[in-house]
Amino acid sequence: MKRILATAITLAIGCAALASNAHASPLPAGWTCTPALCGAPQGKPIVEQLLPPPEVPAPITRHYPAKVIVNLEAREVVGTLADGVKYDFYTFNGTVPGPMIRVRVGDTVEIRLKNAHSDHMPHNIDLHAVMGTGGGAANSIVIPGHEGAFEFKALHAGFFVYHCAMAPAAVHIANGMYGAIMVEPADGLPKVDKEFYVMQGEFYTQGAYMQPGLQSLDMTKLLDEQPTYVVFNGRVGSLTGEHALHAKEGQTVRFFFANGGPNLTSSFHMIGGIWNTVWPWGGSNEDHNVQTISVPPGGAVIADMKLVVPGTFMLVDHAAVRMFNKGALGQLVVSGPEQPTLYRALWNRPFAPAGAMPAAASSAH
Amino acid sequence: MLRALMGLLLLAALMPRPAPADAAAPRFVTVPGGQLVSSLLDGTRTVTVQMAPFAMLEEPVTEAQFAAFLRAHPEWQRGHIAVLFAGPNYLASWLTPTDPGDAQAARRPVTDVSWFAARAYCDSLQAELPSWYQWEYAAAASSSNRDARANMARRNAILAALMHVTGQRPGLIGQRPANVYGLRDLNRLIWEWVSDYGAMFPDVNGDVGSAGSGSVLRLCGGAALAFRDPSDYALAERVAALSMLAPADSSPFVGFRCVRKPGDSP
Repeated sequence: MKRILATAITLAIGCAALASNAHASPLPAGWTCTPALCGAPQGKPIVEQLLPPPEVPAPITRHYPAKVIVNLEAREVVGTLADGVKYDFYTFNGTVPGPMIRVRVGDTVEIRLKNAHSDHMPHNIDLHAVMGTGGGAANSIVIPGHEGAFEFKALHAGFFVYHCAMAPAAVHIANGMYGAIMVEPADGLPKVDKEFYVMQGEFYTQGAYMQPGLQSLDMTKLLDEQPTYVVFNGRVGSLTGEHALHAKEGQTVRFFFANGGPNLTSSFHMIGGIWNTVWPWGGSNEDHNVQTISVPPGGAVIADMKLVVPGTFMLVDHAAVRMFNKGALGQLVVSGPEQPTLYRALWNRPFAPAGAMPAAASSAH
Repeated sequence: MLRALMGLLLLAALMPRPAPADAAAPRFVTVPGGQLVSSLLDGTRTVTVQMAPFAMLEEPVTEAQFAAFLRAHPEWQRGHIAVLFAGPNYLASWLTPTDPGDAQAARRPVTDVSWFAARAYCDSLQAELPSWYQWEYAAAASSSNRDARANMARRNAILAALMHVTGQRPGLIGQRPANVYGLRDLNRLIWEWVSDYGAMFPDVNGDVGSAGSGSVLRLCGGAALAFRDPSDYALAERVAALSMLAPADSSPFVGFRCVRKPGDSP
């Protein structure tokens, strides 16, 4: 009995130590495990419902830690990188990015990874939400036709990247093998009207931008960190035209935005908008009234915006060549009545010159 | 209706099936000795190996050749092979235990075979699997150069060739020129078993890793420590693919060829 008590005290101290924050900025309640929050999993195991991007799993409403099972499959597929351009992708569950996972702080998460029989490479998964060797990578390596599993406790709330870490990792990531996991704080995030999941990634192809046909990885461009494409959700046009995102004036939208890389830091920006609230780095601190957010490779951000005027808003990496010439462009179409007190056109007309322009000096041949 | 269907099935069964493609006799090619600076590090040290001459199969072992071996050695057939020597994926795509069901069996490299089965095949030729250094030494050569590994365009082309078969079985042997030794298809077609693949990597503690453990390759950044030139991605993919396999495992992209002493009769 004494021994059990001693063990319990040790455990309690251990958990308290986990909860304490070494940094000066205050840690909001519910973002890190405490003994009260993160006890043994309760209820029946939950099989995570995985959706293709840009869809987001529903916010978590339960108030207890659960066991959550996540079924992932490594798949090497020929897919579309742009209209008329095919690429040999490495994927989780056939999409770039892989599906977004959503759990609650304190949950016990079982990651099951299959590697499709038709694949050629071994694959694994490193989740940045994991405290453990290699983020799970060391215990999830599967060769084609095999499956593996490991389990971790989600100790820290936040929005985290996951990716394949199989050697050579730069190749696996450059081929699209990444996704993201939201570990919700105990009381969840503030409620919003719509949520979207977008990941940026670069592709290094042997052909030039938009050169048609099957393209494969250009090793030299990858080594030089000079991508041919910088795209959202795995292809040029994943979020434009018929694939554009839609919302209504008055709604608040949330972007779960992460960067697979492998190499470039995104300067995430919404043209014509200001982020009301962001959780920079995907962590617990909130910031407000932000124009552009740095999102490093293997990093993420949660960004909320209240839509007060109608129009088409462009989601971009503000490093301008990437949006104009490499594909990093999405659209959010906001419908609703014009709000002239907030934004309106005034004029666009000729005005009188101050004087005659000087003639150009004749060029010498 | 059912009867008609049965009749059709019967008819199909009676139709002459194409005979198994003839297996060409395996041909060995002599590789002269020389010096190899390995692309794999021993810990942090560069390894230079003095290679004795050896004879190597000109091409990867084909499905037809392996089928002939299985007919002569039924104990290595799917369904007969001991579970210690092969997993459930061993030759799983074959039509029957001795028929790959592939019209191109005479030109397609056999894959989905375990290390044990590959070794047994080589044994039947009084040969063995090459060591990693033998494979590396042979594969360093291009059609014009005994060590073409530094050629970036070649590296890029090898990686592209490996990528371009996503979701497909390996292509056919002999689509490209032989290298300076007369060997074909060492780099772009498949990955090949080597005798000592399990010991190719020291683990993070410097100990020799056990087969299939992958040791340092398990971690994203750690893998860079294993290679003399971490930018040789095609080689890194090969090493990663091989080092994750246990000897009883098989993979749709891993085949093999054999080596023996030079000068032995063909």
